[in-house]
Amino acid sequence: MSHHIVEVKNLQHIYSDGTAAIKDVSFIITHGESVGIIGANGAGKSTLLQHLNGSLEPTGGSIHIGHTPLTKGTLPDIRRTVGMVFQDPDDQLFMPTVFDDVAFGPLNLGYTPADVEERVTEVLELVGAGHLRDKPPYHLSGGEKKRVAIATVLSMSPDILVMDEPTNGLDPFARRQLIKLMRDFKHTRIFTSHDLDMVLELCNRVIVLHEGVVRADGPTLEIFNNDKLLSECRLEKPFSMQGCPVCSSAIK
Amino acid sequence: MHMADALLSPTVGGTMWAVSAGTIAFCSRKIRRDTDDSKIPLMGVLGAFIFAAQMINFTIPVTGSSGHLGGGMILAILLGPYAAFLTIASVLMVQALFFADGGLLALGCNIFNLGFFPAFIAYPFIYKKMIGSQPSVTRLTVASIIAAIVGLQLGAFGVVLETIFSGISSLPFPTFVAVMQPIHLAIGIIEGLVTASVVSFVYKARPEIMQSAMESHPIGSYSVRSVALAFLVAAIITGGIVSWFASTNPDGLEWAITKVTGKEELDGPKQGLHAALSTLQERVSFLPNYAFKKPAEATNVVIEHTQPLPSVQTGQKAGAATSHFETTVAGLVGGASTLVIAFLIGAILKRRGQTEYAKKRSEQTGNCKP
Amino acid sequence: MASIHKAVLDLKSLDLLANGNSSVHRLDARAKVLVSLVFILCVVSYGRYELAVLFPFFIFPIVMISMAGLPPLFILKKILLLCPFVLAVGIFNPVFDRQILLHLGPLGISGGWVSFASILTRSILTVGTGFILVGVTGFTAVCQALEKLGMPRVFAVQLLFLYRYIFVLTEESGRASRARELRSCGKKGLGIHSFSSLVGHLLLRTWQRAERIHMAMLARGFTGEFHASRQSGFGMPEIRFALIWSTLFIFLRLQNVPQLLGSLITGLNP
Repeated sequence: MSHHIVEVKNLQHIYSDGTAAIKDVSFIITHGESVGIIGANGAGKSTLLQHLNGSLEPTGGSIHIGHTPLTKGTLPDIRRTVGMVFQDPDDQLFMPTVFDDVAFGPLNLGYTPADVEERVTEVLELVGAGHLRDKPPYHLSGGEKKRVAIATVLSMSPDILVMDEPTNGLDPFARRQLIKLMRDFKHTRIFTSHDLDMVLELCNRVIVLHEGVVRADGPTLEIFNNDKLLSECRLEKPFSMQGCPVCSSAIK
Repeated sequence: MHMADALLSPTVGGTMWAVSAGTIAFCSRKIRRDTDDSKIPLMGVLGAFIFAAQMINFTIPVTGSSGHLGGGMILAILLGPYAAFLTIASVLMVQALFFADGGLLALGCNIFNLGFFPAFIAYPFIYKKMIGSQPSVTRLTVASIIAAIVGLQLGAFGVVLETIFSGISSLPFPTFVAVMQPIHLAIGIIEGLVTASVVSFVYKARPEIMQSAMESHPIGSYSVRSVALAFLVAAIITGGIVSWFASTNPDGLEWAITKVTGKEELDGPKQGLHAALSTLQERVSFLPNYAFKKPAEATNVVIEHTQPLPSVQTGQKAGAATSHFETTVAGLVGGASTLVIAFLIGAILKRRGQTEYAKKRSEQTGNCKP
Repeated sequence: MASIHKAVLDLKSLDLLANGNSSVHRLDARAKVLVSLVFILCVVSYGRYELAVLFPFFIFPIVMISMAGLPPLFILKKILLLCPFVLAVGIFNPVFDRQILLHLGPLGISGGWVSFASILTRSILTVGTGFILVGVTGFTAVCQALEKLGMPRVFAVQLLFLYRYIFVLTEESGRASRARELRSCGKKGLGIHSFSSLVGHLLLRTWQRAERIHMAMLARGFTGEFHASRQSGFGMPEIRFALIWSTLFIFLRLQNVPQLLGSLITGLNP
C-alpha cells in the first residue's frame, strides 16, 4: 500500500528560542523498510520524529506520508497511519489500567465496544502482555511498560511504526524480548537509538544525523564500517562489530 | 488545616458539599467551553506535582523548622482560577481518601476553604491586581505573599466557622479564632514566600508559561461579577443553614455570636489557653482524688474569658446529667456488647471467607496438575 | 518529607488491595460509594454527647473488612494515624466542658471527655470507612462511580491523571530531594534558595511532561472527547447491598440499640 511511504523534503525546524534543531533533512523511506536514525545527543533525532506525526510543525520543508502531505486537515488520518512509541512509557500510559490505555486509541477511532475488546485482547497477546490487562500502569516493570506502550499504538493498526529509543533503560532480557517482538512486525519501522547493536540487528538501512543535517544514508553495515564517519558524528561501531576485548588482549 | 468528618454536623457538611459540588460543576463547564483540551492533562499532572513537591523541604531561617509548598496559590497562578479550583479539589479528594486528611463529608468544607478562597478571592482580587500588566520579581514576591496570607486567613476562618456551627467541638469561638488565625498567618507568610520563589524561578526560566497563564483568563468584568455572585449565593445558602441551625440548636451559635460582638478581650487567649492546659494536666493527674468534685467547682476553674460558655450550658446540662446517668451506663454496656457482636460476626465471616478461598485455591491447583 | 514518601507507599498498597476479588470487590462502585455516604451521614448526625449509640455502627467496617479479606492491622494502623487536627480540636472539649455527665463508681466523667470520646469514635468510623471504600473499590473505580453519579467529566478525567502521575512524580521528587540532601551538610544547603530552584525545575519538567502526555493523546486520535470503555451494571447484588446496609444504618440511627440491649443486660430502666 502506498500509505507506507514516508517522504521528508528539506525539513527545517527552528525552536522559538532560536535553536535550529533541524537545518535541512530529506529522505524517502519505502514500504516495509526498517530504518535506524542515529546521531549524537542534540543531533535532532527526537525533533525529527516529532514531525512525523505532526506533534511539531516544520518551520520549513514538507512531509508526505503515503502520498498525502502532512497538514492540519490530514493530521487525524496521518496520526492513525503513523504509530508513535514515546521514549518514556510513563508519558504514554496515562489511563487507569492497561486495558483502558490500549482501548484509548480504538475508542477515539469510534470502534464499537465489542471490537475494542477484541482488538485490545489481540494486541496485548501479540506483545505478550495479556496477563497485565487489569493492572494499573504504575505497577508494571520497565519492560512491561514498554511492551504495553507498543500495544497502545498497535491497537490503532498503524502502517508505520516510529519508536524513540525503544531499548532505553531495559535490562538485557527485556531488551532481547523487545528486539524479538520488533523484528516480527511487518510495518515500515523507523527507530532512533543509541543502542547501535539493536540497530544492527533490526535495520537494513541507517540515516546518520549530525547537527541537524543528514550526514549519511545507506545500508547499515556499510555505515557501521565507516570509522571516520562514525567518529566525526560522535558515534562508535556497535560492540558486536568490534573485536572481542578479552580475546584480542589475550593474543597480544 | 483540614476540616474533619468527626467535627462536622450533617447540615454544615451537606451544605458545604453542595456549595463545592456546584462550584466544581461551574468550573468544569467553564473549562470545557473556554480552554483547549491540553489543559486537562496539565491540571492532573500539576496536581500530582503538588504531592511530589510536598516531599521536598526547606529550612525556615530563624526557627530552624522546615516548610514545604502548600499548593493553592501556585496552582491559581499557573492555571487560573477555574482550573486551579478543580485541581485543588482533586488534590484534596486524594488526600481525603488515602491519607485520612479530613474525610468524605468534610471534603466539601475543605474544597471550599482551601480552593475557593485562593482561586476566587486571593488570586483575582489581590494577586492579579497587585501584579498588574508588567510583572517584576519584586511585585511577584509581594503579591504572592499577600495573596497567600489572605487566602489562608479566609480558609482558616472558614474552618473555625464550620466547626463552631457544627457544635461538636466545645472550643469557644474567640479562643479558636485566636489560635487559628495567627498560626495561619505564619503558614501564609511561608507559603507566600515559597510560592513567590518558585513562581519567579519559572518566570525567569520560561516566561512564556507565565505569560500564557496570565493571558488565557484575563480578569475582565465577568470575573468580578461572577465571583461576587457566587459569594452572594454562598452567603445566602450559609445564612439559610445558620438560621436553621440557630433555631434548632441554640447553644453553640448563640454564644459564638455573643462572643463575636461581646466585650471579651482577645489578648489573653495564650495565657488562658495555657492556664486551661495546666489545670487540665493537674486535673488528670489527680483524677481519682477529685472524682467527687462537684460540677460547680469544676466550672469555677475555667479561665475567665470563657465563663459565659459554662453558664449558658450549666442549667441545661445539670438536668441532662442526672437523667443521663442511668441511660448512659445502660447505653455503654449495650454499646460494648454490640461491639463484641460486631467483632464476632466479622470473625465468622472471615473464617468462612478463608475456607472458601482455600477451597477455590485447592480447586485451582487441582486443575493445574493434570 | 519522609512521611509523604511513606504515605505514597501506603497509597500503593491500599491501591493493590482493591485488586482483590471478593463479593464486595465485585460490586459496582456506585453501590459502595452510596452506602459509605449514608453511613457517614448517619454517624455524624448524632449529638455531641452521644457515644454508646455509635458502637453498633462498627458492624459495617468490621463486616466489610472480613468479607473483603482486607488486612485488619493495616487498616487499623492507618486509622490510628488519625487526622491530627481532630485530636487537636477535640482535646479542648475536656478543657472547656467540665460539667460532670456521668459517674462510673467514684469516677466522675465530664461532658468534655464524653464528647471527646465521641469525636474519636466518629473519627475512627468515618476515616475507616473511607479507607475501606478505597480498599474494596480502588480510587479509579470510586472516581468513575462519582462520575456516573453526576461528577463532571472534565473533573473526573483530570482527577484520574492526577492519580496516575502521583506515582511518577513523587519518585522523581524523591530522587531530587535525596540528591540535594546528599550534597548538603546538616541544615546548610537546605534553605529556601536551593528549594525554589529544585522545585522550580521539577515544575518545569512536570510542565513538559504534561505537554508530552497531551502529544501522546493526540497521537492516538484524541479529539477532546473521553470515551467510557467499560460498562458495569447496577444489578440485583448492588441493589441488595445498598438496601440492606442503608436500612440497617437508618434503623440504628432511629433506634437506640445499645440502650435496648443494655437495659436487657443490666436491668436498669431508662
